Amino acid sequence: MHIAVITKSVPDTEAVVSVDAGGKLLAGDKLVVNPWDEYAITEAILLKEAHKAKVTILAVGPEQHNEALKHGLAIGCDQAIRVWDGALEGHDSLVYAKAVAAAIQKLGDVTLVMFGRELPDIASDAHIFQTARKLGWNLLGSVSKIEALDFAAKTIRVRRLVEQGTEVLSSRLPAVISVLKGINEPKYPTFIGIRKASKTEIPVWGLSALGLDAAAAQGQAAVTGYRELPKREGAVEIIEGASAQDKAAKLVEKLFAEKVL
Amino acid sequence: MDFKLTDEQRLFQTAVRSFCEREIKPYAAEVDETGRLRREALAKMPDLGLVGLQVPEDYGGANFDSISSALAMEELGRACGSTGLSLEAHNELCCMPIVRWGTEDQKGRFLPRLTSGEVLGSLALTEPDSGSDLMGTQTRAVKDGGEWVINGAKVWITNASLAPVIVTLCKTEKDAGSRSFSLILIETDRAGVTIAPPLPKMGTHGSPAHMLTFSDVRVPLDNLLGQEGRGLYMVLETLDSGRIAVGALCVGLAQAAFEEAVRYSTERRAFGKTLADHQAIQFKLADMATQIEAGRLLVYRAAWAKDQGEPYSKLASMAKLFTSEACERAAFEALQIHGGYGYSREFPLERIYRDQRMMSIGEGTSEINRMVIARRLLEEAGA
Ligand SMILES: Cc1cc2nc3c(=O)[nH]c(=O)nc-3n(C[C@H](O)[C@H](O)[C@H](O)COP(=O)(O)OP(=O)(O)OC[C@H]3O[C@@H](n4cnc5c(N)ncnc54)[C@H](O)[C@@H]3O)c2cc1C
Repeated sequence: MHIAVITKSVPDTEAVVSVDAGGKLLAGDKLVVNPWDEYAITEAILLKEAHKAKVTILAVGPEQHNEALKHGLAIGCDQAIRVWDGALEGHDSLVYAKAVAAAIQKLGDVTLVMFGRELPDIASDAHIFQTARKLGWNLLGSVSKIEALDFAAKTIRVRRLVEQGTEVLSSRLPAVISVLKGINEPKYPTFIGIRKASKTEIPVWGLSALGLDAAAAQGQAAVTGYRELPKREGAVEIIEGASAQDKAAKLVEKLFAEKVL
Repeated sequence: MDFKLTDEQRLFQTAVRSFCEREIKPYAAEVDETGRLRREALAKMPDLGLVGLQVPEDYGGANFDSISSALAMEELGRACGSTGLSLEAHNELCCMPIVRWGTEDQKGRFLPRLTSGEVLGSLALTEPDSGSDLMGTQTRAVKDGGEWVINGAKVWITNASLAPVIVTLCKTEKDAGSRSFSLILIETDRAGVTIAPPLPKMGTHGSPAHMLTFSDVRVPLDNLLGQEGRGLYMVLETLDSGRIAVGALCVGLAQAAFEEAVRYSTERRAFGKTLADHQAIQFKLADMATQIEAGRLLVYRAAWAKDQGEPYSKLASMAKLFTSEACERAAFEALQIHGGYGYSREFPLERIYRDQRMMSIGEGTSEINRMVIARRLLEEAGA
């Protein structure tokens, strides 16, 4: 009964994001735990409490990701592992997935992997699908409720939010799931957890520890640069007219001309 | 010298901030309107240690150092002045004297309840006829058999209606000068304790302050806290430590005002540019930020001295004096930057401005703190 929850530190969603003259992304230096991951971490802790499971929290990235890992420990995760290697710098989602999958395999006895719904910094969830594929496990995405989980019988039943409604799905374990907002009310760290987290040295697993070679860290896609969004130009026009009817008629005419109607 | 917080302090600060942003700040206007603290938030506080900041873990507290406590007070003040004030009074004025001077029995009787998140504690010093001048305390406690019999009135007692117990300064000796006073633990459900409805006041509406009367209230002799006759000295020590927390609360209130000012001045336009593009407004922001930073450092400095076991009374008074006045200036300028909207109840500045006003009055007025600072520095100068 071992659950792995994957997290990442991301720029604060309230931070002002801009691009400098050299095409470098400036997102403020303040990082926060991916807000989606807060639900995944809380769900993992709730499952831990209900099933006496062990929870490992994992992040791929340089030292600044320790903050998200320590946050996870402070909420109640049992151990944290950071996966990083200089060769992973600038990784694409597939490289990320390979690293996560290799770490899960190294942990050995994990039967449930949990992700927050997406990474808000790159607005993508591809890494979740790719991780499941690399592990060869079922993927249950957009989970709004875990209806049943039986570690002994190796089964899980979840409710998924799909475009047309909800879908109830059962799967064998091991499996990978991604969770939605609303699956729970995110837990806050406890002072006991904070004290424990602050004393924990987080181990770092590099490529060789994961049994990966340099080729595995070779991405297929690379970011070549960023550009500012084009400035939105707009103007306000006050429509004059003798009466309300007159003004409305003129407005409708204009909207037709602009092909809005 | 190292100005970095420890890992534990930083993680705690982040956790308290996100707690306050979700559980307290969005309700601050409602707390002010209704005059009631948010009980749901209070109930969630024990896990984070907010209702037992420096209470030992055996009694349900978190046993934090003074710096961590100050970090928590700043975040609470940044979110809601009322909640901050009530938590300050609870932690510093009620829990701390029991932690410092309580017997094992007293700690066991009172602290687990006080750290439960269901109640808040009080300290009762001020009386209708004496505030700053604690030697003027008239509330009498006389021994009668195995009991103290207490008669008198107190005023401005924060949290009294939420408190299971009130640490009360009483006159226990007639003419023993500064040794005439003792602290007595008075449970609020004792016969003869009357707690009047909350006093109407300018700000911190969610933090109830009450007039109390004691008429022939009987408590066992072992409700005496610490030594008989040492009450005044214990109170002064309690206030020294409390002033660090009030200082932190002021930094939080000032920070909140500052953040609102930055937000508004970068959005609102006047004369073809944002307010923040006008140098006169930039200077206001620069002054606020400078004063906040200076105040925060003074608070940390006093808290650090206390944690090191060094004398900190002068530093605590300096921190409280400086931050309470800096906080008023910050609230004034932030409100000014908001123009007419600053005066509107629809914006938070109006509330912050009212909430901060008592900070230069409670736990030692600015005048009293200047007296403390002067007395200490003249002592140091050998004068
Ligand atoms: C919101 C709020 C909450 C409070 N909570 C509590 C509480 O929980 N428990 C509690 O016991 N009290 C509480 N108080 C009371 C507070 O501590 C007193 O108001 C404060 O100590 C001042 O006392 P006073 O009001 O009697 O003013 P006074 O002592 O009468 O002072 C009036 C003015 O004279 C000045 N002054 C007094 N003496 C001197 C001097 N020697 N030299 C120069 N100037 C002097 C003062 O600085 C002040 O400006 C609270 C007050 C407020 C407003």
